Amino acid sequence: MLSVENLSMAIHGTPILNGVSFEIGRGEVFGLVGESGSGKSMTALGVMRLEPRGAEVSGRVLLEGKDLMREPESRMNALRGREIGMIFQEPMTALNPVKTIGDQVAETLLVHDAADRASARKVAAERLARVGLDPDKVPLSRYPHELSGGQRQRVCIAMAVALRPKLLIADEPTTALDVTTQAQILKLLKSLVEEDGMSLMLITHDLAVVAGMAHHVAVMRDGGIVEQAPTARLFRERAHPYTAKLFSDSGHVPRREPDTSVKPVLQVLGATRDYPVGSSLFGPRQHFRAVDDVDLTVYEGESVGLVGESGCGKSTLTRAILGLDPLEGGSIELDGTPVIAGQVPHALRRGMQVVFQDPYGSFNPRHRVGRLVAEPFHLDSVPETERDRRVAEALEAVGLTPADRDKYIHEFSGGQRQRIAIARAIVIRPRLLILDEAVSALDVSIRAQILDLLADLQQRFRLSYLFISHDLSVVRAITDRVLVMQAGRIVEEGETGTVLTAPQHPYSRKLIAAVPRIPEAWVA
Amino acid sequence: MLRYLGSRLLSLCLSLAVASLVIFAAIEVVPGDPASFMLGLNAEPDTVAALRQELGLEGGYVERYLAWTGGMLHGDFGTSYTYRVPVSELIIARLWVSLPLTIFALIISTAIAIPAGVWAASRRGRPADILVMGTTQLGMAVPNFWFAMILVLIFAINLGWFAAGGFPGWEAGFFTALKSLVLPALSLALFQASILARVMRSSLLETLDQDYVRTARAKGLSRRLAIRNHAMRNAMIPVMTIVGLQFSNLIAGAIIIENVFFLPGLGRLVFQAITQRDLIVVESVVMILVFAVILVNFLVDLSYAVIDPRLRRRR
Amino acid sequence: MKLPATLILGAALSAAFVLLGLISFVWTPYDVTVLNVAGRMQGPSADHLLGTDHFGRDILSMIMVGARTSIGVALVSVGIGMAFGVPLGLFAAANRGGWVDEVIMRGNDMVFAFPPLVLAILITANFGPSAVNAILAIGIFNIPVFARVTRGGALSLWTLDFVMAARVAGKGPGRISAEHILPNILNLLIVQGTIQFSVGIIFEAALSYVGLGAQPPVPSWGRMLADSQTMIGLAPHMAIFPGLAIVLMVLGLNLMGDGLRDHLDPRLRRMR
Repeated sequence: MLSVENLSMAIHGTPILNGVSFEIGRGEVFGLVGESGSGKSMTALGVMRLEPRGAEVSGRVLLEGKDLMREPESRMNALRGREIGMIFQEPMTALNPVKTIGDQVAETLLVHDAADRASARKVAAERLARVGLDPDKVPLSRYPHELSGGQRQRVCIAMAVALRPKLLIADEPTTALDVTTQAQILKLLKSLVEEDGMSLMLITHDLAVVAGMAHHVAVMRDGGIVEQAPTARLFRERAHPYTAKLFSDSGHVPRREPDTSVKPVLQVLGATRDYPVGSSLFGPRQHFRAVDDVDLTVYEGESVGLVGESGCGKSTLTRAILGLDPLEGGSIELDGTPVIAGQVPHALRRGMQVVFQDPYGSFNPRHRVGRLVAEPFHLDSVPETERDRRVAEALEAVGLTPADRDKYIHEFSGGQRQRIAIARAIVIRPRLLILDEAVSALDVSIRAQILDLLADLQQRFRLSYLFISHDLSVVRAITDRVLVMQAGRIVEEGETGTVLTAPQHPYSRKLIAAVPRIPEAWVA
Repeated sequence: MLRYLGSRLLSLCLSLAVASLVIFAAIEVVPGDPASFMLGLNAEPDTVAALRQELGLEGGYVERYLAWTGGMLHGDFGTSYTYRVPVSELIIARLWVSLPLTIFALIISTAIAIPAGVWAASRRGRPADILVMGTTQLGMAVPNFWFAMILVLIFAINLGWFAAGGFPGWEAGFFTALKSLVLPALSLALFQASILARVMRSSLLETLDQDYVRTARAKGLSRRLAIRNHAMRNAMIPVMTIVGLQFSNLIAGAIIIENVFFLPGLGRLVFQAITQRDLIVVESVVMILVFAVILVNFLVDLSYAVIDPRLRRRR
Repeated sequence: MKLPATLILGAALSAAFVLLGLISFVWTPYDVTVLNVAGRMQGPSADHLLGTDHFGRDILSMIMVGARTSIGVALVSVGIGMAFGVPLGLFAAANRGGWVDEVIMRGNDMVFAFPPLVLAILITANFGPSAVNAILAIGIFNIPVFARVTRGGALSLWTLDFVMAARVAGKGPGRISAEHILPNILNLLIVQGTIQFSVGIIFEAALSYVGLGAQPPVPSWGRMLADSQTMIGLAPHMAIFPGLAIVLMVLGLNLMGDGLRDHLDPRLRRMR
């Protein structure tokens, strides 16, 4: 039905795609997998003829034999939304904030003259119901900001499929969503294909997602397709070395020899944290309990995971442990000394450091790496020469060279930056390292390297880790014990292997069941 | 929505109260005795005392402040020392020139600026864009009173199309009066239009980069339709902000321009009052000007809520 | 690194006027304090490149001396605005969401309600007109402008992880503001400073024009325009040249501001 032949693209002379070819049959799900920058999104925009300004495109895009590359812009406008629909990664920004969802879905029908105003709203209500938004519960008059992320993505899907297009292109449709929401959206997409006979082009970085969805899969790298085959065959054979590497990296488990003592490093008891919500001027002040009576212990040399979906309170808890936000109740102790926000002595602060998710926002762009890494020495009166020696040592420990200290942060890639963030965290030899989604923004190949590094550092410096993550595969790979957090409470705690294979609490079960998996039979 | 309105209304009243305090302090508290200031150095003590009596300067600051603000709430601004008439009468008469002038200028500038900004943004980097950007760059550099003088030189002195100044009054007929405001309004509008056109352009360019515009294109909207249905309304939010912020400039500009064209507006009134040391008039006119600025910013705040549904709920 | 053409052109234009003002301290074509009624209101000629005014003074010399007043007033006002506005903005951002922030921002809004002209009226009503009044009025007007720009830039930085990292390293809000926030908003402040400089030139001219700024015999561009007004039919050059001086100086500063923004902030390059 769709046949892409030799699609190439260059933006201002820089090649982005070279010779991409694939075919999608009617009612088929085609998975396009690759790491960031591999050109998967550009392929989709090229098919839609929505390539960015300054792009030169060549090749053929045949939709039922009609070459879209030769269609004039006016014909493409008539075709987009009617014959090909598209949804994007970020449902938070993909909807116009000043228009109601009903109007936005109805607009698809109106621009294609498929309905008059009154019936367009009726159809919009039907389509929203089709994607699981019952108009009685979520009226058409709602604005996007009044909906959750998953609901917004459903609205986007309703807009894209309002005219029952032949092909739906979904560009990382679930990457920004929580794992349980992801499972629901994937189920919805699947049912649209199976019940409405639509074809789906699913773009993702996650092998497990395509494994459960696609009929055939193409792997992209550096603007070209390295391998494509029916899904089961591709996963079993992994003929191309890059496919094989992608596969092993995504399930990578670093070699660790856990050496845990019974001495607690971090001890959180009954921690409770409230946020005021609503106005203080009109009406009474109300509170939202973000962290509710949480107990958490990390022993020396241990690696503990804290998992939960967005808004469950894990970030709030992290900030409290770091002594940045006060608690309403309960206590936090590091090596037996209480951590009280606003009055943490330097000697105590020295015991814990943190690595954040975003490798780009973690560094002051105006300082050199040497100064960035040395920042925690603010907590410690160490002579200049000793500092220099330890900065060099930390940089070497994370796989960089001491000469890198004279460079600025923009000279490094995302993965290298995350290494520098780790160097900064370990330079004063903390007892506890908090890793706040520290590998979530990284491509799988980089992630595998960073996990190896963390395992190695734990052994060498006898560090304790607290891994805050929404990604269960990371937790499985590197933690000894895991706590599951929901709505501010810890609902389950136990050995990582036990919890992930036999969860007890209904929420943990739901969470773990929602994680997409590559079928066992294909892995062997 | 009601809560938002309430909080904005509260902040409006608070701003007015603080502004009146500042003005009162600047005029009546700081310089010592206004009566002797108004009469000059050589005044007899008896005359000063009589004036103090007349101006109501006997009594403490608090009492006088309350009397002043209380009077204003009833439309009583006191009596002008030089004109010997109620200040409110003076102000109302002058307002009939200054207010239409400001509104006229505002209409001209928005009517030019918004289409020009949209035009430039939709032709980014092409000759139309360069033309608009160049013209507005120049427009922002021209002081309004100088532009006014050049307009007089060309259209009044050389071409004789308009009078060089003066105002026949609204009794002379709407269009005759309006005609005498054309050059003043144009001179005020140039700077405003230039700024607004640039803000409109950059704001629209920014919204065009948003994900929801791409979504609209993926639904099959043409570029033009995507701008009209999705980008415009979002792009108006920063434009409204600038209209509000620039309004104080517009008022100040009107006061200056009135001097170029000898228009009997608030500007002429206040500058004469300064030379004649008629502090009551200065105080009241300044209060009216500041009131206008605060009121316009209040209205801009309300317009946000109309444009942006996110504000109606929150706060 | 290639500098944008607007930056070079703008900087050259404004530097030319600064230079003219500086030269006027040691040399002008004619002495501006000497009146020559016989040679008044002459058009441009080889003797007087830009003509003479109603007292027979050389307009080019007047523009050179006037540049000192205009540039001086505008620059000092920017200094006042930065000296008070930047610390206020940093302080408000460091206490974001708290009552200190609220008070500072409300105070800002308050000052915004008083245009420089109104401030100048209030000050003049008390102390009589002078160039110092103009500096005060424009300077006070600049304070909330810088406070707002500083706070806005600082707020977005405070959410970044590197500030969090500094807090984890035990650094307090003052130290973080100085070490991490200020250096990263310096670009913003330089650009805003250029804009306020140009705004100051226009305001100073307007204030002197209505008689609230520099007083005779101190020459200033605004005064020259006020003097020319009644004679505009007889001697248009008296109005045109000082006005052109203002336009070129302001244009230069605005171009320089745009160029600096493009040069210092690559993210904005895309937008213009």
